Amino acid sequence: MTHGHEHPHSHDHDEHSDVPSDAALRVKALESLLVEKGLVDPAALDAIIETYERKIGPRNGAKIVARAWTDPAFKQRLLDDATAAIAEMGFVGRQGEHMVAVENTPKVHNMVVCTLCSCYPWPVLGLPPVWYKSEPYRSRAVINPRGVLREFGLDLDTDVEVRVWDSTSEIRYLVLPERPAGTEGLSEEQLADLVTRDSMIGAEKLKPAGKGARQ
Amino acid sequence: MNGIHDMGGMHGFGPVEREANEPVFHAGWEARLFAVRHAMGAWGKWNIDGSRYAREIIPPAEYLRMSYYERWLAGLITQMIEVGLVTREEVQNGHPSPGAKKATPALAPDAVDRVLARSPSLRDVPVSPRFKPGDRVRTHNMNPEGHTRLPRYARAKTGTVVRYHGAHVFPDTSAHGRGENPQPLYCVRFEGNELWGDAACAREAVHLDLWESYLEPA
Repeated sequence: MTHGHEHPHSHDHDEHSDVPSDAALRVKALESLLVEKGLVDPAALDAIIETYERKIGPRNGAKIVARAWTDPAFKQRLLDDATAAIAEMGFVGRQGEHMVAVENTPKVHNMVVCTLCSCYPWPVLGLPPVWYKSEPYRSRAVINPRGVLREFGLDLDTDVEVRVWDSTSEIRYLVLPERPAGTEGLSEEQLADLVTRDSMIGAEKLKPAGKGARQ
Repeated sequence: MNGIHDMGGMHGFGPVEREANEPVFHAGWEARLFAVRHAMGAWGKWNIDGSRYAREIIPPAEYLRMSYYERWLAGLITQMIEVGLVTREEVQNGHPSPGAKKATPALAPDAVDRVLARSPSLRDVPVSPRFKPGDRVRTHNMNPEGHTRLPRYARAKTGTVVRYHGAHVFPDTSAHGRGENPQPLYCVRFEGNELWGDAACAREAVHLDLWESYLEPA
């Protein structure tokens, strides 16, 4: 399916037909019931959707990573107390109340999962992608992380330690990816452009400058 | 509870499929439901632990058949009925029952930022953490019927405390309206072969955040 952001609320139909899906009909009926009962205000619903479709997303996390790459004191604060360091940059909110940043190095690769549900650091990465919430990832990330990473195109050397973080509490994890080679002359803003969402989950490594593809 | 939601370590679900240029929501109804759920949360009738449990009690076959947001829909309806914000008949009919009182005021658009603000689980209460980083700990072999955040794959396993997070709301009681009971929360590292046996790859470890009452000294 292709869904442009220009029409965020117009996709109430099944992929291959013009008939509204059962879920779409049920949600529509539920919303109208709750409006009729005075329990929700449609304008507030619009504002919530607007927040997560347009204001909060992985661009926030990319800015944190770029700053950590260019400002050693900030990086230290991020690793010591990520909640405070990330709040310094103004990224606070639901599902990011308690943050921990984990650093990738040539010998350590970190990867984040929530096997029990779909916990994810919303204020810095936005809402999670479908694959992160899917059964294949939730089941296999803890028992075969290298296999999952290989499917993602990342074949780690056997001497690299893989650290998986299963988000079982309200602590949310952000992976600080390795700064790619060949980026020495780039500004903080240019660096942020290189940082992908999946690199901050630990699902991929960033490619050297000029070869990266932003998600 | 030993539910289908607790899927860490299961086989058979196939490869992980990533979608290029994925939208935030895949259908308008997903976005509306996401928003409805947060707006309803503003009534303060439930907490995040109870919301998770409401999805965990979806029967396993249904859980696997449903999409992610269909589970949210099922969980939300369960909770709204449980606390009396709506009745089952109203959900079925799509209209308020005759004589139902109109609630006021609903979450106003200008209050949305407040609702989406922080809702920390850390509590400033006096506790004496039993463990410290470096300590070896063993998880209990426990199988509660209610909500818990100790996954099956990490029960009766030995690991090392790597970080102390402070005292956090205890989900196992909070989910069931039995109080927050904040207790020390630790990040515990388990080696891959402790969790999965000798066939596990070397140099793999899984970290879980675990409450003190899940743990005993190893």
